[in-house]
Amino acid sequence: MAIKEISIGDTSTQASEVAEFQSEKMELNLGPSHPTTHGVLRVVLEMDGDVITKAEPVIGYLHRGDEKLAENMTYNQFVPYTDRLDYLAPLANNVTYAIAVEKLAGLELPPRCQAIRVLISELARISSHLLGLGVYGMDTGAWTPFMYCFTEREKLYTLFEELTGARFTTSYTRIGGVARDLPDGWTDRVIKFCDNLPSVIETVEKLLTRNKIFTDRTQGIGVISKEDALAYGITGPNLRASGVDLDLRKDKPYSGYENYDFDVPIGTTGDCYDRYLVRVEELYQSIRIVRQVIDKLPDGAWYAEEAKQIFSPPKDKVLTSMEELIQNFMITTEGPKMPEGEVYFEGENPKGALGFFVVSKGGGVPYRLKIRGPSFCNLSILEKLVPGHMMTDITVILGSLDFVMGECDR
Amino acid sequence: MSSVEFQSQILDLLDYLDKRPSNDCFAFNCPIEKLIDCMSALRDQLDFDLLVDATAIDWDQESPRYSVVYHLYSTSNREYIRIVSNCSNDTHPQAPSVSELYPAADWHERETFDLFGIHYTNHPNLKRILMWDEYPYHPLRKDFPLAGIPTDLPAPDVVEVTGASVKSAPLMGGPFVSSHGNHTSGSEPKGKDQSWTESDVKPAT
Amino acid sequence: MTQSQLSYNSKIEGEVVVTRTDAVINWIRSHSVWPMPMGLACCAIELMAAGSSRFDISRFGMEVMRFSPRQADCMIVAGTVTYKMAEVVRRIYDQMPDPKWVVAMGACASSGGMYRSYATLQGVDQILPVDVYISGCPPRPEALLDGMIKLQEKIRKESSTQDLIESKVS
Repeated sequence: MAIKEISIGDTSTQASEVAEFQSEKMELNLGPSHPTTHGVLRVVLEMDGDVITKAEPVIGYLHRGDEKLAENMTYNQFVPYTDRLDYLAPLANNVTYAIAVEKLAGLELPPRCQAIRVLISELARISSHLLGLGVYGMDTGAWTPFMYCFTEREKLYTLFEELTGARFTTSYTRIGGVARDLPDGWTDRVIKFCDNLPSVIETVEKLLTRNKIFTDRTQGIGVISKEDALAYGITGPNLRASGVDLDLRKDKPYSGYENYDFDVPIGTTGDCYDRYLVRVEELYQSIRIVRQVIDKLPDGAWYAEEAKQIFSPPKDKVLTSMEELIQNFMITTEGPKMPEGEVYFEGENPKGALGFFVVSKGGGVPYRLKIRGPSFCNLSILEKLVPGHMMTDITVILGSLDFVMGECDR
Repeated sequence: MSSVEFQSQILDLLDYLDKRPSNDCFAFNCPIEKLIDCMSALRDQLDFDLLVDATAIDWDQESPRYSVVYHLYSTSNREYIRIVSNCSNDTHPQAPSVSELYPAADWHERETFDLFGIHYTNHPNLKRILMWDEYPYHPLRKDFPLAGIPTDLPAPDVVEVTGASVKSAPLMGGPFVSSHGNHTSGSEPKGKDQSWTESDVKPAT
Repeated sequence: MTQSQLSYNSKIEGEVVVTRTDAVINWIRSHSVWPMPMGLACCAIELMAAGSSRFDISRFGMEVMRFSPRQADCMIVAGTVTYKMAEVVRRIYDQMPDPKWVVAMGACASSGGMYRSYATLQGVDQILPVDVYISGCPPRPEALLDGMIKLQEKIRKESSTQDLIESKVS
């Protein structure tokens, strides 16, 4: 029997050459029910020891049939379904959907309505990024940022509840305006919240940003190059962390974003750490936009008054005047009268670019509504990105991509 | 450059494109056999580097029945473009896959195959993505009812224990919504009678 | 006072408590229900909010959210169950050891919710025996806590000793 000579230093290299130590690859199922995935995502991993050689994401565990439902509802009846697409920032989805359908009709909204929509979109962005940071900390093992972020989100929920009636799943916008005007004193409470928030973000940053464990786990992991990011259709903070300057609020401004002054953080390396830093900086910029909106908030109508066949008039007119009563009846039963045509609109949502492709043959019900979910496109890069990393890195990569399965599967 | 100039530049370069009426961005009809040429020209020469969406529309009683729709975005020119192509066959629709040019199209085309049944030639991995692999229907087609058609659950061990199966959702003759077109109906919207309830079977007409 | 309440008379017995085994077993079980959060969709966010400091599910002994079914008592199905996901939910339920309970949180888990479509299981009770249904879309964390209190009351009324004896004998 030959004696094999193995020294401590080169055990691993020699082991792979020795035939008896060759092992089969192991298939591990990172199942749909898992504490570190942001929803029901299944990743089938093929591993050689601790190193992942193949990763196949399986989605569709939350496919509820939104697009088919949309073909059987009026435009306003579909608004609650848009809440549940990206359920961490429902107000942003409502706004994007309303703008897409209003583009179909060619409606121009009054400045107050546009300002309200910008305000709630940015508050939704703050809410989504706070959760993204908190859960990302939890994925890497830090419990405290999660608790701090959730406390702040509860304050946001109180504000949303005062405005819309629900903590999240707000269904606040309608085609042609919003459901109701801002309550008295609400903007003061928002300013108070914004005054308090930067200190909390700084506390979370003190815990994570220069923490050696966190940086060791996230720097150099999950690097997405510029070309890959564009080729795979990634949008939002993930794309900006890879160095591409694409922010739909600046490039194709909608709903009055051109009136406000803000910066767009761009990353350099495109690794998990950059994606984290981009989100933190976006939080500060969102606070900046919220303050400007409240400073410049115009008075006036909060819905498109001339859109007689699209926006249901306020209740006090409906209950007293015949014409408004008929309008309300027609809009509720038949739906807002939309012209024929097709339109594609994308809004800069917290997770990426949420797009709605609406095809209408006239009437109040869409013929085809395609929802382009940003998380769907962000996840398609997993097959290319994950192989070569260790098993413990996959939770960090999934956390940094910050996806949500509601808009991935619809 | 202005939008009009940009549009005429596209039409000069790719003369087989037809302008298509649209409420917002540029939209062109492209014959299906020229689709790959068109997309590679748009990517390489006109700088449309981001594929944002790839989907399809089922036109129901019209022929051609299926159209594939692509939306591209140019980060340098900040413009969207929509390319629409009609699929060749009405009963077994086919379209060429653009996943070689834009890897983003991979999953979008799988989803369109899953929901519409459009077969993409040269696709690296054309299988279902949102429904389970053995699901026999294509849900987003216009002749498929919203409530679904009863089939078996994909897991035989669960079915043995629970007796569950894929049932039609109880819509009770609904959904109650008006139909397309700009006419105003004389009465409230009637139920579309898309399905049967769990306990009542649809009466034979 | 019902028969399953603890009774304690220190003057007669000193430090020995004489009671029914049901009372003790049910008291222990109801005050340390460890949930297994089957968080599928938006209701999972309200479940996480119930676990955070404002609503504090820890007051009831339930903050130990065990993601491994082998260590959990109660499965809270929070979110829409699709047909594709149904087999996964059932398999995880099967892995939970007895005694186990199921709470259907939200409209989608109770009855399919507003998703009456081809892909959604119309209520998780088609595949699991549900103990408590909580309505809401999503239910507020207070509603979830109310549902868990009702579950605690249900647990207190169980005939645990009988079940234990029967399972040992059979």
